[in-house]
Amino acid sequence: MLNALIEPLQYGFMQRSLIVAVIVGIICAVVGCYLMVQRLALLGDAISHSVLPGLAIAFILGANIFIGAFIAGILSTVCINIIRTRSQIKEDAAMGIVFSAFFALGITLITIVQKDNKIDLNHFLFGNILGVTLGDVRDTAIIAFLVLAIVILLYKELLFYTFDKLGAQAVGLPVNILDFSLMILIGMTIVASLKAVGVILVLSLLITPAATAYLLVTRLHQMMLLGVGFGIISSISGMYISYFYNLPSGPAIVLVATSLFILAFLFSPTQGLLTVNNQQP
Amino acid sequence: MDGTNTIAIRDLGVKYRTLEALQGISLDLQPGRLTAAIGPNGAGKSTLLKAMLGLIPAIGKPVMYGDRALQEQLDRVAYVPQRTQIDWSYPATVWDVVMMGRVKKTGLFRRFSVVSHRLAKEALARVGMLELKNRPIGQLSGGQQQRVFLARSLAQEAEVFFFDEPFVGVDRKTEAILFTIFRELADAGNIVLVVNHDLGESITNFDDLILLNKELISVGQRQTVLQEENLYRAYGGRVNFFSEESVSFAA
Repeated sequence: MLNALIEPLQYGFMQRSLIVAVIVGIICAVVGCYLMVQRLALLGDAISHSVLPGLAIAFILGANIFIGAFIAGILSTVCINIIRTRSQIKEDAAMGIVFSAFFALGITLITIVQKDNKIDLNHFLFGNILGVTLGDVRDTAIIAFLVLAIVILLYKELLFYTFDKLGAQAVGLPVNILDFSLMILIGMTIVASLKAVGVILVLSLLITPAATAYLLVTRLHQMMLLGVGFGIISSISGMYISYFYNLPSGPAIVLVATSLFILAFLFSPTQGLLTVNNQQP
Repeated sequence: MDGTNTIAIRDLGVKYRTLEALQGISLDLQPGRLTAAIGPNGAGKSTLLKAMLGLIPAIGKPVMYGDRALQEQLDRVAYVPQRTQIDWSYPATVWDVVMMGRVKKTGLFRRFSVVSHRLAKEALARVGMLELKNRPIGQLSGGQQQRVFLARSLAQEAEVFFFDEPFVGVDRKTEAILFTIFRELADAGNIVLVVNHDLGESITNFDDLILLNKELISVGQRQTVLQEENLYRAYGGRVNFFSEESVSFAA
């Protein structure tokens, strides 16, 4: 048994991809908690689809694809906000318009350049964690360090702001900076996760571990810590399952995370479907 | 809490796109007085609070508190938003919410001090919620939620207190606690302004009233404002209110 667990680790690519998967599992769970409590799950989806043209343009220009993706992600949220505030169109429709447009542009650009370069659209859409380089590991670690530092340093302010925006503004907290910090957190986390699961499945890593923890605990920091646990378990077991059964890694990680969610949904002591009598007293 | 500073509003107005929500509001708020802002739905009562604090853009001269703009002294203000605007399924306990009242004073990158812990405890005890401090906020009744918000404002050590519709959907016990503490805050020389839409008997708890309907209809002592003709102008029709004269008749 132990040998079976150690065996994959003799390959360098397996070591690198496990490290990236775990790091991504950690920061996605933490940042996903903020998305969940603010009911912004779909914003995560919107941003993750929107980073695609940034990846493509950065690739064409030979720039760092992390930076390209990040700029595209920020640009898309700016577009969403302009449409929302300068017209009668509501936020959900604005998101739908912007993210599908960015996504379409991204697919178009990548399709054009992939003929001449040896890149694969599928790697952008679904991730290519087995192909991560040492440089990718380093970049992911740097992003994770920044994300966790921001969350720890601004914890009490972000708790106040995400619970009661008006109240936080009324005591004179710098709400614009806090809002921007959240956007930065979301953007950086998504960008760091692209190698692991791709733009389509990253939402699952953000929301599912956070939602699973939300079913079990009652305070934000507990939710983050437990979510991190679920994220790590999902990443490691997903990678092993993918190794032994020759399955795609991203979907394997997502399916483990989903299984954990289903367990919590059924058996949570306080709100499980099978453990709590839901009939009104 | 020197109890000498007055809030002065001069010609305050608020526009939502082309819609005039408030215009030409000029009045003073006195320390030591318990004041309610009353008026029909959509009269701009909550808008007035938000505009004073700069939470929404306002036109007119800046609202002054003492000799400086109120918006430059937000650390001296405790504002309690409408309970219904909050997502009470948020993963937080009673304690977490009350400690939010200490976030600004604590400052960025710092941990809560011993003093902050003590103030939060005292505030919770004052509203009768100390034994529930570890309760998730989603498991509280409406009245308990309102008392947690009151405790948060008490923990802020403010001098100016704004409450937006604190009596909506709360039980009798909470209503009594709220009025007792509002009175104590006013007696201690603070400015206390409460948005309220109930013109029933509880209105007699207030010293001064601000009667609004998009513009200022009347302001001053309760008995002066609560006149048939004022209310008729504000509500555009007859309205039932608690008349103190009829009570003295009955007695």
